[in-house]
Amino acid sequence: MSEDLSEFHEVFFEEADELVESMEAELLDMLTDPDDPERINTVFRAAHSIKGGSATFGFSAVAELTHVMETLMDEVRDGLRRAESDLVDLLLKATDCLKSMLDAAKEDAPHDEDAVAAVKTELEAMLAAKSEPESEAEGESEPQVANEAAVQTEVHQPTEDLSSTQSYKISFKAAPGSLKTANDPLSILSELDKLGDLEVEPNLDDLPVLADMDPEVLYLGWKIRLTTNSSQQEIESLFEWLDEASEVILERVTWPTSNQETSDKTNAQEAESEDVKTSEAATAQTNQTVEAAKPLKPKAPQIEKEETKKPPKNTATSSIRVGIDKIDKLINLVGELVITQSMLTEEGSKLPGEIAEQMQEGLSQLQRYTRELQENVMQIRMVPISNAFNRLPRMIHDLTSKLGKKVELKMFGEQTELDKTVLESIGDPLVHLVRNAVDHGIELPEQRVAEGKPEQGSLELHAYHESGNIIIEIIDDGAGIDTQRVLSKAKEKGLVGKDEQLEDKEVFDLLFHPGFSTANEVSDVSGRGVGMDVVRRNIQSLGGNVEVESKLSKGSVFRISLPLTLAIIDGQLVRVGAQTFVMPLTSIVESIQLDRENISVVAGKGTLYRLRNEYLPLVQLANLFKLSKASNQEGMIVVVECDGGKIGLLVDDLQAQQQVVIKSLEANYRSVNGISGATILGDGTVALILDIDGINKLAKTVAHSITQAA
Amino acid sequence: MHNVLIVDDSASMRQMVGLTLKNAGFSVTEAEDGDVALAVAEQAQTGFELVITDVNMPNMDGITLVRKLREREHYKFCPILVLTTESSQEKKQQGKAAGATGWIVKPFDPTILVNVVHKVLSPI
Repeated sequence: MSEDLSEFHEVFFEEADELVESMEAELLDMLTDPDDPERINTVFRAAHSIKGGSATFGFSAVAELTHVMETLMDEVRDGLRRAESDLVDLLLKATDCLKSMLDAAKEDAPHDEDAVAAVKTELEAMLAAKSEPESEAEGESEPQVANEAAVQTEVHQPTEDLSSTQSYKISFKAAPGSLKTANDPLSILSELDKLGDLEVEPNLDDLPVLADMDPEVLYLGWKIRLTTNSSQQEIESLFEWLDEASEVILERVTWPTSNQETSDKTNAQEAESEDVKTSEAATAQTNQTVEAAKPLKPKAPQIEKEETKKPPKNTATSSIRVGIDKIDKLINLVGELVITQSMLTEEGSKLPGEIAEQMQEGLSQLQRYTRELQENVMQIRMVPISNAFNRLPRMIHDLTSKLGKKVELKMFGEQTELDKTVLESIGDPLVHLVRNAVDHGIELPEQRVAEGKPEQGSLELHAYHESGNIIIEIIDDGAGIDTQRVLSKAKEKGLVGKDEQLEDKEVFDLLFHPGFSTANEVSDVSGRGVGMDVVRRNIQSLGGNVEVESKLSKGSVFRISLPLTLAIIDGQLVRVGAQTFVMPLTSIVESIQLDRENISVVAGKGTLYRLRNEYLPLVQLANLFKLSKASNQEGMIVVVECDGGKIGLLVDDLQAQQQVVIKSLEANYRSVNGISGATILGDGTVALILDIDGINKLAKTVAHSITQAA
Repeated sequence: MHNVLIVDDSASMRQMVGLTLKNAGFSVTEAEDGDVALAVAEQAQTGFELVITDVNMPNMDGITLVRKLREREHYKFCPILVLTTESSQEKKQQGKAAGATGWIVKPFDPTILVNVVHKVLSPI
């Protein structure tokens, strides 16, 4: 490829990923319903499109693999073979291979050639296994022809160079319908003219009398004599697009040389084969043109009427792709606008008299439109959760066949939308929870039957919106969680005191404890005990939460709750000294008036606060951030939930609750421990947003260093 | 400036063909399948002077699109090129039989595309 096509790579990759995904989904459905022609066609088309794109943009290995896949699917489409499960499984394997090749190509890295070659060999073996004659004929003959042609030109070139110019006699009669396919013979003549010396003589034999003449039909033929340096192939290529009903006879007028005989022979052969072709095609062609020409006029208006009645399909849902950075910039700007707007509202309220009223009216309108604008811009980043759900059927298919289980997956609310960033981060935790449900939850078929359950387990995924959050539920009808076993294991590991009694909810919480796993044996699917705590941490870092409900031998429900977007949070403003901070509302459990009598200082553990019957680590934000406090006596304790449980944060005062637009601290300054970002308040001042987990860690290290110093 | 309609379900191909032609001084409109192309072709004020279409597309494929365009007065003599990955004569002839002017075999070099387009549009 002579031109740099890399600027199109990003779009190609995006598109290829989508195609691979849809191919995978259709293949999975094909396992249960192998004969749906639309499904077969979709898979074929996906392979075909990837092949076309990858060949164009220079990913020849991808093109080669997809070519074999396409050929297989083509045979399925033509009814030459059926999409049996072994074929589908192999194609699924090939899609995996494609994915990794595409991923490697994105990074400009080499792909695993052995793995690709292995899959390709398997595909080719499958292709050769049945329908042998077709595959061989199609696969082998074409390159051979190409090779022969190459050899021929190589042989011809030197003689042509020596003789430099050649003369040709061309008898040319384009098909009568040529004009209707925009193949103007005049343009061919002018192209010929560019090749060398040209003499053209028209052949008017077929020209009818004027009264019988149809202006849209071509009656002319030409006798041409061309002297040129160009090869015969080059000349022939000019006639390539003509209908088969056209006649082109090319003769080389050679000076007596040793080549003459052979070339004459080939010419004769060519002319002969051409003749056979034309006569056959000509009859077909004329039939067609007669057929097409006659009903055209009366039919045309009718057709057009039908067409205009049909509403233009797809145009309404058409979309454009834009880079996520552009959208983020837009969101950022809208954020600024919201801040400016609330600043104006605040200033406007200070205005006196009549101006104030008019101003207020304008300001409240501005507020309404900025809100609307903000909501709409946020909407742009929203994508349906089906993007994350789509990965699961394949995984469950692989998993159940490995474990010998039977699971029916049902998904609800796939169109529920959430922020793209949230979606990207929820993929892995979701996969983990679903994998756990299949591995730990759903029992083996025999066991299920013994317990009077249907042999096939049921796994349901639900997604829906609930008060500004998106809720994802993973419901299985499997074994449920054995609280006694969890508890005894926890005691064994020293996570819970020997004689402690826990409520069910607290027991379920233990599952998310680092280093906890109840699987009797460690399988290669799950059960290494490094999952659930990571799952919870990932979800919490998105400002979400995960809960479990379970009944022994009835099943379990994992409920993930996530904010719809990461760009805005519901915040609680708190005052510490002269500073205002923002706490994410979702992490706050309760807030209480400070009672100094409940404070106790424990060596090595810092300050503790007795709240009812439990002791909470107390973090004095003023101390932590080295801020001067107004008074030492008054204060509020905000109890928040974090990684290691609950902690209390001591602040001077609680202020308003409001939505705040998050600004990245890293992008504008640098990352700071205990602070997750910043926002600008209505009065224009900057408030830092507290990172609760970070503060917990920070407080521990500070306490540690103090005790060490003491 | 010539108006060219590009029909391909693959956004990257549309972008590649579109940008190549734009850089060569053409005005370009894109459509993602035959249905959309027909709707766009009907709505277009002055119509297109050249249509370049992929063959394999969802909804309405390229061959059907060529046939339907030829039924319309404006596109009776309009050059229509099909993009095909098949080098086999059979597929090319399907396009021809439907009324296509010619074909370009994928993968192709952008400069070849521009040459071909100039050729079919050049006033004699």
